[in-house]
Amino acid sequence: MGEAREGSGVREGSGGAVVDAFIELDRVEKVFDVRRRTGFLRRERRQVRAVDGLSFTVARGEIVGYIGPNGAGKSTTIKMLTGILTPSGGRLRVAGIDPARERTRLAHRIGVVFGQRTTLWWDLPLIDSYRLAHRMYRIPDARYRENLDRLVELLDLESLLEVPVRQLSLGQRMRGDIAAALLHDPEVLYLDEPTIGLDVVSKARVREFLGELNTERGTTVLLTTHDLQDIERLCSRVMVIDHGRMMYDGPLAGLHEAGESERTLVVDLERELPPIEAGPAARVVRVEGPRQWLAFPASQSAAPLVARIAAEYPLVDLSVREPDIETVIGRMYADKETVVPGAGNS
Amino acid sequence: MGEAGRVRDGLREGWRAYRLIAGMWIRSTMAYRLSFAMALVSGLLVTGLDFVAILLMFSRVDALGGYSLPEVAFLYGLSATSFGIADLVIGSAGRLGSRVRDGTLDTLLVRPAPVLAQVAADRFALHRVSRITQGALVLGYALAATDVDWTVVKVLLVPVTLVSGAVIFGAVLVAGAAFQFVAQDAAEVQSAFTYGGQTLLQYPPTVFGKELVRAVTFVFPLAFVNWVPAAYVLGRPLPLDLPGWAAYAPPLVALACCAPAGLAWRAGLRSYRSTGS
Repeated sequence: MGEAREGSGVREGSGGAVVDAFIELDRVEKVFDVRRRTGFLRRERRQVRAVDGLSFTVARGEIVGYIGPNGAGKSTTIKMLTGILTPSGGRLRVAGIDPARERTRLAHRIGVVFGQRTTLWWDLPLIDSYRLAHRMYRIPDARYRENLDRLVELLDLESLLEVPVRQLSLGQRMRGDIAAALLHDPEVLYLDEPTIGLDVVSKARVREFLGELNTERGTTVLLTTHDLQDIERLCSRVMVIDHGRMMYDGPLAGLHEAGESERTLVVDLERELPPIEAGPAARVVRVEGPRQWLAFPASQSAAPLVARIAAEYPLVDLSVREPDIETVIGRMYADKETVVPGAGNS
Repeated sequence: MGEAGRVRDGLREGWRAYRLIAGMWIRSTMAYRLSFAMALVSGLLVTGLDFVAILLMFSRVDALGGYSLPEVAFLYGLSATSFGIADLVIGSAGRLGSRVRDGTLDTLLVRPAPVLAQVAADRFALHRVSRITQGALVLGYALAATDVDWTVVKVLLVPVTLVSGAVIFGAVLVAGAAFQFVAQDAAEVQSAFTYGGQTLLQYPPTVFGKELVRAVTFVFPLAFVNWVPAAYVLGRPLPLDLPGWAAYAPPLVALACCAPAGLAWRAGLRSYRSTGS
């Protein structure tokens, strides 16, 4: 698996030739007609380009984070890759199949997890969804048994099998959904916000499972997320889109550099004091009573900064906040020229 | 693979998925036999009241539009039974609008099965057989009480009409569901056509204005669910002075209804997959 994890080097040969591309998008577009009521019987029609000339390839066995702000076109891309939506233009192939034309044939080879809505049968016990998948996907009996046993063990579902899906907690349901998406041994797993709304323990569990799935079974994984930690733990490669266009395609470290992102140190002092002077790398961005906010480069360790403040100021409490994706991308936008190893490879 | 091949494969796969999903729901229903029995009995009572309204009417009058009580019961039985079958088999598709609205339709599109089969079989409600049972009971009474000059053709026409009627109502339900791709709140409009149409058909065509009967015969051919074949069986003139062979038309009308309903469904699904909302 080491090869695929190297990221960009594997995807393209020297002449830009694609090596074992499993997912291929070539100038894919999706244009929506948005109708808006502007008065009684009067409507305004507007075209929205949700995905605007997007090109990328994903090799078999890669695990790729697909990020961007709300409305950037992430879900639209996933919907086109699964055959739910028909592209307005461009060429799109998954495992050599055109998803929009051969939706049901493709369905046997992909697994999909929507974080916000379940693919499980809401009012029925969890096991019923799996039994139905067994028949509907025509999974051979022995294979079904084996996969179910393994997934139930890895995702700790044993005690939940007889529970109606609607009674499961969000984290339990998510694990149930992931198992359902994997029973038929899909070659690629799409996850749309798999950790949204999960507690820390559930998040860690889902991440660990996905990492193992990728290394042990070689399943290609494409996940959209708002959570940079998902990406940090799992993905060697990140694709950032905004306004339907590829903003960045490369390793995560490069994203932080490209976005010149900053982390924030929140400091609670014993009393109100003038802004902390903590050297050239950090600057105070906000003061509210005894609480102060300091920004420092994400590439830098927080330890020396914390040590210095603790030594010179009456410190009560502190916390470090990671930059969120919106901020990173916002900065990237503001400083567009410096970005992008590998983006715009159309 | 040609178009015909694709349609045939789609039907086969659809039927397979339908059986799997409906079977799952039936097994789940049967896990709670008591509540199933109660739903069945209450369904029988509620639909039974529907016919009681007609009985009450006949306590005041001897005939309705020239039709006697057993004759009206014949109309009622044919229409209620056909509609009951269609509603049992495909009625769940009427929830399509809410699936489009809350986005759960997407989860059906990632499964290897036709979407129509999945929405139709979703929450398959076996207790809806109560409506079929009640319709069949009324039909049984009508057959026993009417004074029909039975011939082989008339005997065969009754089951043929029931199946054709179910297909016609089924086509209306599918077309209504297809309309919900475009207008997600159209479930009420659909109910007006299905429940409204079904209620309309419980009364003889002779009590309605000619324009309405014409519309229900030629534009929106619900008249072939019962009015036309029943008039023939009962030895009455066919509505709108239709020629006698029109009484054998229900199966053809039913098949003819499937085509536009199927096309409407495909167009609706295509539009959903291009707009996503």
